[in-house]
Amino acid sequence: MSFSETLFWTIPELVLAVGGMALLIAGVFLGDRSSRLISTLSICLLLAALLVVVALQGGPAQNLFGGSFRIDAYSSFMKVLVLASAAFAILMSDKYLAGEQLGRFEYPVLIVLAALGMSLMVSANDLIALYMGVETQSLALYILAAFNRDSRRSTEAGLKYFVLGALSSCLLLYGASLVYGFTGTTQFDAIARAVSGEANIGVVIGLVFLISGLAFKVSAAPFHMWAPDVYEGAPTPVTAFFAAAPKLAAMAMFARALVTPFPEIVADWRPIIAVLSVASMAVGAFSAIAQSNIKRLMAYSSIGHMGFALIGLAAGDERGVGSVLIYMTIYVVMTIGAFACILLMRRRGGMTEAIDDLSGLTKTNMGLALILSILLFSLAGVPPTVGFFGKLFVFQAAVDAGLVWLAIVGAVLSVVSAFYYLRIIWLMWFNEPAPAFEREVGSRLGLTAAGSAALVFPIMLIFMGPLIAAARAAAASLF
Amino acid sequence: MNDMIAESLASQPWLSLLTFLPVIGAFGIALRQMLAKRDAKGEIAADEQAQIDTVARNVAMLFTLGAFAVSVFIYVAFYDSSFAGYQLVEEATWLGGGVSYKMGVDGISILFVLLTTFIMPICIAASKSIEKRIPEYMIAFLIMETLILGVFCALDLIVFYLFFEGSLIPMFLIIGVWGSKGTKALGGVEMPSRVYAAVKFFLYTFLGSVLMLVAIVWMWRFAGTTDIPTLQATAFPAGAQKWLWLAFFASFAVKMPMWPVHTWLPDAHVQAPTAGSVILAAILLKMGGYGFLRFSLPMFPIASADFAPFIYALSIVAIVYTSLVALAQEDMKKLIAYSSVAHMGFVTMGIFTGTKQGIEGGLFQMLSHGFISGALFLCVGVLYDRIHTREISAYGGLVHRMPFYAFLFLFFTMGNVGLPGVSGFIGEFLTMAGAFKVNSWIAFFAAIGVILSAAYALRLYRQVMYGDLTKTKLLAIADVDAREGAMLFALLAFALVLGVYPKPALDVFAPSVDLLISNFSAALASVAGAP
Repeated sequence: MSFSETLFWTIPELVLAVGGMALLIAGVFLGDRSSRLISTLSICLLLAALLVVVALQGGPAQNLFGGSFRIDAYSSFMKVLVLASAAFAILMSDKYLAGEQLGRFEYPVLIVLAALGMSLMVSANDLIALYMGVETQSLALYILAAFNRDSRRSTEAGLKYFVLGALSSCLLLYGASLVYGFTGTTQFDAIARAVSGEANIGVVIGLVFLISGLAFKVSAAPFHMWAPDVYEGAPTPVTAFFAAAPKLAAMAMFARALVTPFPEIVADWRPIIAVLSVASMAVGAFSAIAQSNIKRLMAYSSIGHMGFALIGLAAGDERGVGSVLIYMTIYVVMTIGAFACILLMRRRGGMTEAIDDLSGLTKTNMGLALILSILLFSLAGVPPTVGFFGKLFVFQAAVDAGLVWLAIVGAVLSVVSAFYYLRIIWLMWFNEPAPAFEREVGSRLGLTAAGSAALVFPIMLIFMGPLIAAARAAAASLF
Repeated sequence: MNDMIAESLASQPWLSLLTFLPVIGAFGIALRQMLAKRDAKGEIAADEQAQIDTVARNVAMLFTLGAFAVSVFIYVAFYDSSFAGYQLVEEATWLGGGVSYKMGVDGISILFVLLTTFIMPICIAASKSIEKRIPEYMIAFLIMETLILGVFCALDLIVFYLFFEGSLIPMFLIIGVWGSKGTKALGGVEMPSRVYAAVKFFLYTFLGSVLMLVAIVWMWRFAGTTDIPTLQATAFPAGAQKWLWLAFFASFAVKMPMWPVHTWLPDAHVQAPTAGSVILAAILLKMGGYGFLRFSLPMFPIASADFAPFIYALSIVAIVYTSLVALAQEDMKKLIAYSSVAHMGFVTMGIFTGTKQGIEGGLFQMLSHGFISGALFLCVGVLYDRIHTREISAYGGLVHRMPFYAFLFLFFTMGNVGLPGVSGFIGEFLTMAGAFKVNSWIAFFAAIGVILSAAYALRLYRQVMYGDLTKTKLLAIADVDAREGAMLFALLAFALVLGVYPKPALDVFAPSVDLLISNFSAALASVAGAP
């Protein structure tokens, strides 16, 4: 493939990289006054990259840079989700950052650069490319976590995230070097050819390290410890971002890094993923019950959700990966909506994060309460909301792969996790009202929340068929 | 020409129209509430809210009556009660991969559709004493009606599951928001007992259902579709049937509810507002029995036959034990709730005999229980609205002040006991006749339950109605008014007519039940015939 062709297929990444740099320079010259302008331009940049991704998709898979990067239906599907949720993250941050005196122009630029890293992660078809993507993303995320640099909580979150993130990168690298040592290559397809037949113990050990590193990135238990503290400490819009786009990218990378290079030794890695999945679901379900801070609760909730998505990955086949994609799509819609609601928990005198502040919300702000109720029922996976379908398809994948026990465990743990979502709902509906939040009818946040609630029920419910078809087609391109 | 019109009329998606009609009303109410005039502070003036409340009540009444009219129209105009299979079938592509949106009714479901649409306007009428958050209340009931109708009409397992589980949400809110007062200490934490009851209701039923979900997924994989008629014609391997049956049992046994997973029911009934109790007893419980008949028996005949003794045992315990528990209750609603569990015991016993009498008796018992227990909860509601307590000991000698009420209450008490001439008798008699064919001991123990039901029902009646009117609070109590009388009389009419002349209902059941039994026996015979 000629160099110009390679450049052609990487236009989305080039747009993000060049555009991000340009915005950075512009920001330096214009100063913090320009933060609104830079925000708007960043959103435009992300949307432009998204449009290019959509325009480029549909053809056969393209291997770029000697097979290090792959543009296929899978990467396009995930990139669309990642870029859209990054754009929403910027969209939802404006008001909060202005209110907290954090309106600096670096913020949207960092999100753009993180999106670039995620885009690389999603396409990475080589261990080195994968590591590059992860680091590009992570460096931006560390800074974002500590973005409120005058707050002890935020800097602590940033530091924790950095130290544990570096540790997980080490595990990843160590695993990668073992795999390289025993197979002689870092390219996924070549690894697949090298490990066909019986599994070498060195490769398996490398794989275990690789999986541990990747599990850190998706915050699957028992590698989840950083998530609650970072979620709580980071500024809320940053938490909203963390819960959405990086999870998508990491899960996409996780699936590709297992399915493409190691299809022959599914039997070796399936139990590991299944254990991660059960542990995450259990930690998510039981630890969330005792939380009183809604951001911490969302952290445990997202750990639990990663556990459910991993059920699909444990299946390890085409249908399993398809169910992961469906799950992650639904997850990201629900999460963005839920965080939009959390960002709307604002009273005179600032934000509140206590779950008890949602008491009696139906009496003070019925619209917000209704939206949040729909989203919470969906997060709990109660039909007829779309959250149920996410669970349905991962269970289906598990049963197809002969993992009926995993589906049963998941089903039972989903009841446990339903409890803490129900607790919020009953606070809102049954209890006496706490002081009202400020009303923000028609604001960006309000529209985002209402839009995602409408997607969760009933729009996506009706258009479930096309979504499934798209996710299945995307998953098929991995096999 | 006329034939063409008739044909095109019959091919319209009537069941979907019926199912989603109430939701349209709910949207209307929500829209009215959203467009309410607000003052500068964003609050709604009291008279404006009162106007909205009236609109909400009227719209809810209009749409529930409309749904009743539509269902009767569908039944009269299009339903062919001599045909055993599914009728008025409509189908639309949805998820792909064997899952489509499919609706249809047969002899087993059509009368539950009618029961639902009939009970709903009564529930709305019974909600006169609700004073807070009326638009939300009415919306919850209308959504509830849609979900319940969806359960009875769905011909696809995934669609069924959506409606089945979805009905938890409005009921959860109805119990939790409009439930009664009082607190309960739980693990050292004081919480309102209505919240406890609502959460218990939700989690109990949710746990039962997720196991069913895994079974549904397995069946989907095995048969390649979730189409209910196809699955009913699929022969699942005998070993798998056992597990699938147990998973479905987990869901329906909780819903029914069967002993020992019935404990959510008394809590939910006591805490729910009157109309909530009525809908719970009259319709929601029937979803369990309906599920057994629609799924367990036709899809897993071998497992059903194998597990039948287990069901008999649980049913007998339910009938005898919960009747004894009912004898000891001090709270009227709790007493009726436990008697519901006992009566549902007859239903499960009858269904799993696999005989024509047993199944038809089970269906009839469910129908009749819908009228009678619904009416009993309304009767308790009548007293509660006046005196605001459900304690049996707070009453006594009401017959002196409320003769008309005494008559109605007596009628429904007798219905509950199973007095010949009232519909309750037919159901109990048929299920026992079915059980007798299988094993006379089962019928013997079930008959003990009949005696006990007379004991607790008559005790309740005696303590509330007879004796001297000594309590000062009761001296000025008023008899039933026109609204209450109308509701109770409507229920009385059905219970009486079906009790004296049950043939119309049994004729509707018969073709579908015959088909079910012939398939059931064929499946069993094929196993017995195999080496």
